Amino acid sequence: MQLTLWTYEGPPHIGAMRIATAMRGLHYVLHAPQGDTYADLLFTMIERRDARPPVTYTTFQARDLGADTAAIFQNAVAEAYARFHPQAMIVGASCTAELIQDDPGGLARALDLPIPVIPLELPAYQKKENWGASETLYRLVRALAGGTRTPRAERRPLCNLLGPTALGFRHRDDLVEVTKILGALGIDVNVVAPLGATPADLGRLGAADFNVVLYPEIARAAAQHLQKTFAQPMVETVPIGVQATIRFVEEVARAAGVDPAPVLAGAPSRLPWYSRSVDSTYLTDKRVFIFGDATHALAAARIAATELGFRVVGLGTYTREFAREVRAEAALHGIEATITDDYLDVEAAIQAAQPELVLGTQMERHVAKRLGLPCAVISAPIHVQDFPARHSPQMGFEGANVLFDTWVHPLMMGLEEHLLGMFREDSEFHGAAAPSHLPRHGAEPAPIVVEAPAAPAEPIILTWASEAEKELKKIPFFVRGKARANTERFARERALPLITLETLYDAKAHFGR
Amino acid sequence: MNAHAPALSLETGCDIRQERGQRAVFCGLTGIVWLHRKIQDAFFLVVGSRTCAHLIQSAAGVMIFAEPRFATAIIDERDLAGLADANEELDRVVRRLIERRPDIRLLFLVGSCPSEVIKLDLSRAAQRLSRTFHPDVRVLSYSGSGIETTFTQGEDACLAALVPDMPRAAETAVPSLLVVGALADVVEDQFARLFAELGLTDVRFLPARRAGDLPDLGANTRYLLAQPFLADTARALEARGATRIAAPFPLGSEGTTSWLRAAAEAFGVTDERFARVTAPGRARAATALALYRDRLDGKRVFFFPDSQLEPALARFLSREMGAELIEVGTPYLHRQHHAPELDLLPAGTKVVEGQDLDAQMDRCRAARPDLTICGLGLANPLEAEGLATKWSIELLFTPIQGYDQAGDLAELFARPLKRRARLEV
Repeated sequence: MQLTLWTYEGPPHIGAMRIATAMRGLHYVLHAPQGDTYADLLFTMIERRDARPPVTYTTFQARDLGADTAAIFQNAVAEAYARFHPQAMIVGASCTAELIQDDPGGLARALDLPIPVIPLELPAYQKKENWGASETLYRLVRALAGGTRTPRAERRPLCNLLGPTALGFRHRDDLVEVTKILGALGIDVNVVAPLGATPADLGRLGAADFNVVLYPEIARAAAQHLQKTFAQPMVETVPIGVQATIRFVEEVARAAGVDPAPVLAGAPSRLPWYSRSVDSTYLTDKRVFIFGDATHALAAARIAATELGFRVVGLGTYTREFAREVRAEAALHGIEATITDDYLDVEAAIQAAQPELVLGTQMERHVAKRLGLPCAVISAPIHVQDFPARHSPQMGFEGANVLFDTWVHPLMMGLEEHLLGMFREDSEFHGAAAPSHLPRHGAEPAPIVVEAPAAPAEPIILTWASEAEKELKKIPFFVRGKARANTERFARERALPLITLETLYDAKAHFGR
Repeated sequence: MNAHAPALSLETGCDIRQERGQRAVFCGLTGIVWLHRKIQDAFFLVVGSRTCAHLIQSAAGVMIFAEPRFATAIIDERDLAGLADANEELDRVVRRLIERRPDIRLLFLVGSCPSEVIKLDLSRAAQRLSRTFHPDVRVLSYSGSGIETTFTQGEDACLAALVPDMPRAAETAVPSLLVVGALADVVEDQFARLFAELGLTDVRFLPARRAGDLPDLGANTRYLLAQPFLADTARALEARGATRIAAPFPLGSEGTTSWLRAAAEAFGVTDERFARVTAPGRARAATALALYRDRLDGKRVFFFPDSQLEPALARFLSREMGAELIEVGTPYLHRQHHAPELDLLPAGTKVVEGQDLDAQMDRCRAARPDLTICGLGLANPLEAEGLATKWSIELLFTPIQGYDQAGDLAELFARPLKRRARLEV
């Protein structure tokens, strides 16, 4: 047993849901107890999807645990097929259903549906979310991939883009950037998978000349299978950062047999100039701690060191599958990698490294907030604010622009904080001045000032009864200022010099929320 | 997946149906998210899988970093190999936890689907660990698993686990009132003041804010449910001699008045005194509710099942705000505890116990309600289909009981409608 307060990855069936939700025309029947549907809200709330994930849960309960669960599962598969008419289905078990040992694959096969039904084996007590996504994509590709290449002379080069999923950190916008680069190189995209693909689209994967793997954690296994089956080479350089994007363009051009020069001409990214401009000199040797999934952590380390001139004082990942690569990269910076999925270990490593900037996940954002350190988010897991409405890729030349702004912004703010501290005794920067972006715990927002009505000749001196004052403290701090102002206005209008508990609640009833 | 079962009871005047099939509900583990805020020196250790840990962190959102008093002991492959090993592992995890958090006085081992399916005996583990850590830490257990509990039933299981620990009241003790169900501190304080003004001298709340402050319990204890989802807790209280005071739940002005009146009658408070004490609250609630009535009057409302609060909320919306009820879904309907609520619902109100998700969504789409109360997994998809929704979990985290929250409660339902009317994009 492992004592866990916070987990970087969900269980493997969440990974399978990320694939299913990314695709169209695919349905996932998940043998799972009541309650596992919580996973839906990751997609509908965090990613703000406008439809339920294409997942049917059996939601069995204790009273079903006799011989009934297998029948419930078969029913769910049959009904999901009848209702959604998918082109293909995936079936599997969540952690609890794994223990009761119904056989989703066998049970579904017995129904003899007229579509491919692909069973998933996702060992919930050994593996995690990213592995589940990778395995699911691999199983789908293995079961469905087909197609043949037309002679190269008759057409433009053709590739598949593999890896973007639902609930992926900036996958939507990365795809736009990479597609743009491929278009500029004169390369056509055959299939993007899983994001937006149908099972029928997977049937055409074999028609491409090569595969581009955008997120190795998710798509490497599938691309390796395609390499073996269709002799499609794969490009696995992740185009995050200016140099990585240049390398990516060169490799893709080589695989397609086209000239990369037009795409690389000029100054495709603003990052190099911004980084060289004298304003950025103070970034030199800033101590940075980096943690995230392997793909993003590795890319961030290279950008930090060679494109922004930071000093990498910490590097780590929760992706154990890529621990070797991350260790090797850490060695280049003369440090030892932090390979762990325990956020308390990461917190300890951050404290030990004494960075001036933390690049990490949602968890590192909270750790940095607690330690009072500037921070930017570079990797999942992420919260709703990191599925932004605006275009904000990490990949490609535009991605590099986004990264420059995102990482430098909290530092500029950090500098502001520093200046505020230095001049704290000056009249403009007295001790009670509000902080900028790093909220101080327990700080109360300034109450909203309400002008006293002009009518009474003598201003009323308002007093708060201690009981009322105490009650006010029970109101959440973010509305307390408004409640105080409203109550005082209410008291003034009625010429009540003493604010009692009654006054507080009378005012609340009067104004509403 | 099943057709409607035939109507069960028409005594109440409601059209009560049962439904089985796919359910989009939380499991009882979710209760931890508000219970740990209420019992300030308790820690909740879920014994479960990575899914359980992931669920709690998804439900707790950013709260997880404010020194959380909950965690998950994640079962792994080695634990599945043999049960004896799992018990030793659990002891090791608990030891490590208590070393790190010496401020903890009460530790709940919370059962999950995986721990129940492998039949890990958490009640024996709790006894064993209680002996080990006596007298510093008490260890109790309950189940919050999805196979046993739905959402708020986790609180029921937790409170029921506390009941055997409540001290026995003396045979000769004066009659006391026990208010059962976790309420926001601000609401609890308001009720305490009202009961004091009514002249009730011995009023206690379960759960108490600190583990060591459990109220006495005995044959002279009358208990009043503040929440509708406390079936097992009620049973445990009655097994120790306490008597329930039947009442609607304290939602809205009418609900609060009826709830207080039931207690006042049980303790012989005069009508005159009751009227005098409750008059200011009723007047304030009337003022506050008037602000929102226009927006909700005549609106057609559909409830998906979530917390068992639905019948009481529906009663409030229909009787005090003038809403029309299309369907009132509830995960479970305790016939006795809900009887006073069902009596107040308009005759013929369709109450659906249980769920068959896709069929229910079809009914909701066909009815095109003005407002749909549902979980976060359904809310955005229904909004995208053009239906205004109110996400239900907020009703558990926001203070909504009592006179001075009646306006807030109405506002929670009025706001999505106001927003829909406001937006021009």
